Amino acid sequence: METPRIQRDARPESMLINMGPSHPAMHGTIRIMLELDAERILNAEVEVGYLHRGFEKTCENKTFFNLLPYTDRLNYVSPLINNLGYAMTMEKMLGVGVPERAQLIRVLMSELSRVSDHLTCLAAMAMECGAFTVFLYMMKAREFLWDTIEFTAGARMTTSYIRIGGVRADLHPDWRGSLATAVRETRKVLKDVSGLLDENSIFLGRTRGVGVISKEDALSYGWTGPCLRSTGIPYDVRKASPYLVYDRLAFEVPVGEFGDNYDRYSVRMREMGQSLRLLEQVAALIPDAAPLTGSLGLEPAEAIRRSRRQRPDERVHLSPNLEGSEKERLGGLMTSDGRVGVPPKEDTYTTMEGLIGHFLFFMSGKGIRPPKGDVYFSVEGGNGEVGFYIVSDGTDRPYRLHLRAPCFHIVAALEQLIKGRLIADVIPTFGSMNMIGGELDR
Amino acid sequence: MSGLDFLTTRLETALGWGRKFSLFHYPFITACCGMEYMSAACAHFDIDRFGAGLTRFSPRQADLLLVVGTVTHKLAPVLRTVYDQMLEPKWVIAFGACAVSGGIYQNYAVVQGIDRIVPVDVYIPGCPPRPEMVLDGLLKLQDKIQHQKQDWRWGTKP
Amino acid sequence: MGNETLIEAIRTKLAAAVESVSESLGDQVLTVRPGSLRSAMAALREGPFDYAVLLDLTCVDYAAGEGRFELVYHLYSMSRNTRLRLKVSVPAADPAVDSLNGLWKNADWLEREVFDMFGVRFDGHPYLRRLLTYEGFEGHPLRKSYPWRLAQPRIPMKDKA
Repeated sequence: METPRIQRDARPESMLINMGPSHPAMHGTIRIMLELDAERILNAEVEVGYLHRGFEKTCENKTFFNLLPYTDRLNYVSPLINNLGYAMTMEKMLGVGVPERAQLIRVLMSELSRVSDHLTCLAAMAMECGAFTVFLYMMKAREFLWDTIEFTAGARMTTSYIRIGGVRADLHPDWRGSLATAVRETRKVLKDVSGLLDENSIFLGRTRGVGVISKEDALSYGWTGPCLRSTGIPYDVRKASPYLVYDRLAFEVPVGEFGDNYDRYSVRMREMGQSLRLLEQVAALIPDAAPLTGSLGLEPAEAIRRSRRQRPDERVHLSPNLEGSEKERLGGLMTSDGRVGVPPKEDTYTTMEGLIGHFLFFMSGKGIRPPKGDVYFSVEGGNGEVGFYIVSDGTDRPYRLHLRAPCFHIVAALEQLIKGRLIADVIPTFGSMNMIGGELDR
Repeated sequence: MSGLDFLTTRLETALGWGRKFSLFHYPFITACCGMEYMSAACAHFDIDRFGAGLTRFSPRQADLLLVVGTVTHKLAPVLRTVYDQMLEPKWVIAFGACAVSGGIYQNYAVVQGIDRIVPVDVYIPGCPPRPEMVLDGLLKLQDKIQHQKQDWRWGTKP
Repeated sequence: MGNETLIEAIRTKLAAAVESVSESLGDQVLTVRPGSLRSAMAALREGPFDYAVLLDLTCVDYAAGEGRFELVYHLYSMSRNTRLRLKVSVPAADPAVDSLNGLWKNADWLEREVFDMFGVRFDGHPYLRRLLTYEGFEGHPLRKSYPWRLAQPRIPMKDKA
């Protein structure tokens, strides 16, 4: 077995220790090998891959429609942004447009996810520095955000809500109320946390001037997102190459100055404020859904029975799992392109063409078949630029699917950032990077 | 010997009662389920109400191993080591579909269920399980602990 | 500088290195000869082109049909806000290409990942070691020839009934 470089090169008088893979501050699993002279880190080596789940290989064996749930589990703190990145890459490849309402809902969902991503990152970072109260406060705020997501998407985290060509269902009738609560509660928490940490001398001592990276190094490491912005480079995919309706919304890109841990914390805090601002703007732009007309409708079994004789003209009452995806609603939520979206359930239940359409969509070898070629598209995720590179050979499965994971590049710089520092500096530095195993190791 | 039987039964009940409400857990967090573990542990759902609030990050101090998330083949020896380091009596909860069976990841990298490496007491399905489900799983484990027969051969090799 | 003039400028500057220029769904694609990859990258990074960020590196396995691996580099220019895709084909029999270590710092890990997943050798890499899988893992999982479900456990696994 080949020995790691750090073990091979270690000075005989220095001490080698392992941080991780199972360590409370190693969010998930990563192993940092340290060569120490007392408290001073002489050399470090980071080993990743403990959560390598074969995402890319699995995707090659799944259809374009079926692999969506796997994208949820990449950056599992903001799954909806991963859905969005994948869906938009596919839309670019297929050349389909998305209805306006669906675009607004997508912005709403990605900003909710971004706030919950930053909350989780800062909560964990603060807890590891000893501020447990901050952790509890931020988790509380996250619950309100997830309630809003759950109302609409039906799941708290892994929702698979954003689909290729649109979104799966309309917003929950009560979404405005829950969103307003979430925004209000999050604002309150942000204010409280600012009060607790911004001038807290312990927190400042562990973050100010610790884990400093220069602009040049950050670019050379391919950093993006809040970590890059903390060095003062205002690169944000939402501004640089706007997608969805971001060019119509007013928001700022907060930047830091020194690129240290404190700047990464403060950029994230200010970004959450901007995201809340975006949420309010988008909520004002989304018109209320027209109420469904007519009776409650036929039960699906009854509709199927009647459709044997003639096509029923009453509305079919879909199961609660499909609420919000009624045929009348789908127009504003999904592209009308038949190659891309799942046909409406009502048609599948009651008409022959609908049933055939349904089978053709899900049958292996049919379904979504983009043209031959390759495509790269990126969106701004919680950690930075989430990019998908997809190679299609014209079949219904990707020939190759690659994720450009923002935190892969960020964690690659960890060795450099902690070298020469004290062992206690590893924790806040690593915490402020927001390492997400699912995305890092795929 | 009916008198002694009575005594040990009462003692077992008392022991089980004491143990089930003082679970120190070691969260072996690897993946997505960790987010729901955080939710379950925090103020909203508050796992502490059921006597499992104390998180120990050293396996030697814990008696409940929560395997939260996907265990890959690269990580398998680590999990085994952590389990071996825990002291008896110890229990294991497989938290989430990946820990239960490999979940949606049936491929070259992922262990198809942690019960291939360590014995499991309670399985909590879901991808990820909701916090309510976690609490339910915990109650199931407490029920199991309450009714567990005690091995009275202390001091001798079993 | 518009996109077309930029590509033209790159083409003239790197005439010896560029094999072909194409466009795929609005993205500019440059195919580069494997021998001159490093010099081409060094030229693109500096000066008028200013592709200062190596966004991504990945590989596509065409070994079965065309007998080659295709390395795909994505570059980004902060000052001009443009992306560029570079492709290099290497023979599947002995896949090797020059390392970009020294030009970009993240090339270290990106190349280790591609080496791990595809078995492409990067000449000049100081520490070409598996990144995501473990020591003792045989084969390269993202190659098309590697079975999707072939696991290589490190410790004995109990069989399920």
